[in-house]
Amino acid sequence: MSAVSQTSGAGADKIVLEKAFVKNWKAPISFGVVTIVALLLFVLNGREGTSSFKLTADATAIQLPVIQLPTVATGIVITVLLAGLTAYSAYRVQTERKTPLWIVAIFAFLFLVGFLAWAGAGASIPVYGLLLGTVALSAPLIFGALGGVISERSGVVNIAIEGQMLAGAFVSAMVATLTGNAFAGLFGAMVAGMLVSFVLAAFAIKYLVDQIIVGVVLNVLVLGLTSFFYSTIMTANPQMFNQPARFPRIEIPVLSQIPIIGPLLFQQTIIIYIMYVTVFVVWYGLFHTRWGLRVRSVGEHPQAADTVGIKVGVTRFWNVSLAGAVAGMGGAYFTLGSVGAFNKEMTAGAGFIALAAVIFGQWDPLKATMAALLFGFATNLQSVLGVIGSPVPSEFMLMLPYVVTILAVAGFVGKSRAPAADGKPYIK
Amino acid sequence: MKLELRGITKRFGSLVANDNINLTVNPGEIHCLLGENGAGKSTLMNVLYGLYHAEEGEILLDDVVQDFAGPGDAMAAGIGMVHQHFMLIPVFTVAENVMLGHEETTFGGRLNMTATRKTVRELSDRFGFDLDPDALVEDLPVGVQQRVEIIKALSKNAQVLVFDEPTAVLTPQETDELMLIMKQLRDAGTAIVFITHKLREVREVADRITVIRLGKVVGEAEPTATNEELASLMVGRAVDLMIDKGPADPGAPALVVKDLSVIDHVGQMVVNRVSFEVRAGEILAIAGVQGNGQTELTEAIMGLQQHVTGEISLDGKPLNRLSVNKVLNSGVGFVPEDRNVDGLVGDFTVAENLMLDRSDGEPFVKFGNLQLGYLATFAEEKVEQFDIRAQGIRTLVGRLSGGNQQKVVLARELSRELRLFVAAQPTRGLDVGSIEFVHTQIVAARDAGVAVIVVSTELDEVAALADRVAVMYRGGIIGIVPGDTSRDVLGLMMAGEHHDSRGAVA
Ligand SMILES: Nc1ncnc2c1ncn2[C@@H]1O[C@H](COP(=O)(O)OP(=O)(O)OP(=O)(O)O)[C@@H](O)[C@H]1O
Ligand SMILES: [Mg+2]
Repeated sequence: MSAVSQTSGAGADKIVLEKAFVKNWKAPISFGVVTIVALLLFVLNGREGTSSFKLTADATAIQLPVIQLPTVATGIVITVLLAGLTAYSAYRVQTERKTPLWIVAIFAFLFLVGFLAWAGAGASIPVYGLLLGTVALSAPLIFGALGGVISERSGVVNIAIEGQMLAGAFVSAMVATLTGNAFAGLFGAMVAGMLVSFVLAAFAIKYLVDQIIVGVVLNVLVLGLTSFFYSTIMTANPQMFNQPARFPRIEIPVLSQIPIIGPLLFQQTIIIYIMYVTVFVVWYGLFHTRWGLRVRSVGEHPQAADTVGIKVGVTRFWNVSLAGAVAGMGGAYFTLGSVGAFNKEMTAGAGFIALAAVIFGQWDPLKATMAALLFGFATNLQSVLGVIGSPVPSEFMLMLPYVVTILAVAGFVGKSRAPAADGKPYIK
Repeated sequence: MKLELRGITKRFGSLVANDNINLTVNPGEIHCLLGENGAGKSTLMNVLYGLYHAEEGEILLDDVVQDFAGPGDAMAAGIGMVHQHFMLIPVFTVAENVMLGHEETTFGGRLNMTATRKTVRELSDRFGFDLDPDALVEDLPVGVQQRVEIIKALSKNAQVLVFDEPTAVLTPQETDELMLIMKQLRDAGTAIVFITHKLREVREVADRITVIRLGKVVGEAEPTATNEELASLMVGRAVDLMIDKGPADPGAPALVVKDLSVIDHVGQMVVNRVSFEVRAGEILAIAGVQGNGQTELTEAIMGLQQHVTGEISLDGKPLNRLSVNKVLNSGVGFVPEDRNVDGLVGDFTVAENLMLDRSDGEPFVKFGNLQLGYLATFAEEKVEQFDIRAQGIRTLVGRLSGGNQQKVVLARELSRELRLFVAAQPTRGLDVGSIEFVHTQIVAARDAGVAVIVVSTELDEVAALADRVAVMYRGGIIGIVPGDTSRDVLGLMMAGEHHDSRGAVA
């Protein structure tokens, strides 16, 4: 086995070592647990009837057939498939191979289908609505999470996402009403988020105050301010201050007619399009541009960044501000994209869920977006199942996204590691 | 470019780290800076590089006074530096680390990785380094990280280059290569400042030598000066470069290692079925080129490695599968290879670091309370005994000079009741005086009946300490030979050649 080649040159000697495989049973064990849950629910606790999956809305041009599945039979088939995948994964470990991500994805998808069929027995499950609602509910989380990713990658913990979003929501409602222009409102939201960030950055970077404390204080401050101005100014004269122009839905011809994907990607308001672009730009920027390299370097090892001439404080300051602007857009989505007016405390903790998405998403813009989508999906699933009448108590449904993420992070995503200097002020 | 430092004075609080220092380095000259640990060499270079701002004095390049607000300005003026403590970002690749700060971009602001990879490959080919531009820095052994740091400095085409103890973590071969590089650069007209504690290197490359002690220039020396002359100029007294060591009086086998294998996170057998024993009162040196499994072997003994098979026992009691804490408490002292990562908490004081792994009982903790009074007395005593140059025991360890940080680790580990002492590169970065002291301490531990393992890539150190030498090659032990084995034989073994005649017996 130790057939290693001898290379020449003492210093440049590349050391070639024998390979060995460490068996890791995490994947098959988690699969097994989920399969048992499936067995208990879908088979032993199976519900009579048929489940119909509606893939397209009634009004669309291209109609996909409604898929009708006998509930119990589906449950049995899916449980068998899950058991099969579990066995396959165990076999792979036994023969010293890893469980690839695509198996995990198929497994999760199958379980989801089984669960929907079981929960929606005897009813019609609006799959398109489930997905559309997911995007709508996730949008502010995604903006917030991106704001969190940018700030924390540069080394400043951003607890103030909630405050940045709330400030964005308030200012965008106000500005959009006053100017009659939704874009002006969006811009206002970015400025508002940025102003909140300025305070965070100034205290955290310049005066070295504990970042978490500043963040918490800012959240309370913004909540107080917006609530005060809402009840004094806005409620007194809503026509004047709180009837913002909303973003219209823009349909992209042809593409928007594609079933399922069309409505999700090409039949949205401009702010959702901006969101898709922002996700891409932040990801690309962080990992492929000079800006991203520098942001990451000051968040990982500020002293090393300093020695190559990068100004740590300045870089952090502007990126925390940028983060605020992005989170502010999430706030604008509440008023200009979905609700249509500002309400007291309207972000209702979305900023903290966004923060959770940052951490579950391992400080990676794409993964954080996925986590935000997962949270949005679960919230939406809970309300959809409530409408069609599901057997699961809604409290349990609310827990689902967190259980899923914990499983996913623990089992498959691997160790989660924050930027090394996240939260640490840089003192020369 | 000609570099001139005039009257540089740098204070940290009441401590004068540099006291009116004058230094001139001409283009095409290698200027060696010698001095004890804590003499102020790194501080002076950090002033030059714009990291610290000197209270007094000026920096001149080609007779023009410079005013550096930060390292950016110094770099722009043509100064490059290889830092004593690596300035590398662990989660970046080699190429990303090299490009950081002066990134080239292509269309769409995209980082030009192709160009940087090429630069890295060219430089590493030119200097005989074998660097993979896409390797993550944190996955690389320290010796290779040092090469990255060197490539990083070279890639900027600096006119004045500072090497702050670059050879501390290099193997002798790598050191020779680096010295060749420095000569090449010198011949091309670069002004070079070279800091090292190894006198062999000084004599080999230095054109001029300046010695600093306690922040002041104490003299210049000729490259022809003998080791003894240089050593006494540095330390201010005569130094024994080869300590006196009586023959060992080994007792019963203390540490017994059988069939030990370690698998790393990418599935390589970094330690491959290793068996050996160390007796009480004997020093086993583990020699070998850096990266042949020595680090992982010591970590496995300490319980710091995840995937370990085989048996380790100390005085008949099994050691594997114990937590690090339990291993330490069963009388094992450990000096890790990378003191900054594994040995010290930079933001803790000297005193706190001196009790770091002893926080679960008396004498430092009683009823859950730190015994601050006892700790202070203890720390004062150790600072004195190990000659740790610090402003006080409440100084943060991160603020100590490199060599003094190493002494803190040694002082802590050597002041416990030991059965086994495992020291990886114990004298890395120490000045000659301190090396003499540490070697004496290690031999004293041996004579007190402690089993000692010393991992070293320095043959000088191996020769000075070893009763027996185990040579590691590609994760395995290629042979165990007596301590007085000739360097040539050891060298051959380190390159993977079996030494059958004596290997089995010893
Ligand atoms: N940032 C700092 N704050 C306070 N004191 C410091 C700081 N940096 C260095 N010192 C002190 O200045 C003195 C000189 O340290 P320096 O690092 O220059 O020594 P050195 O000559 O490089 O030693 P070595 O050979 O061990 O690296 C030491 O006493 C050290 O404790
Ligand atoms: Mg130094």
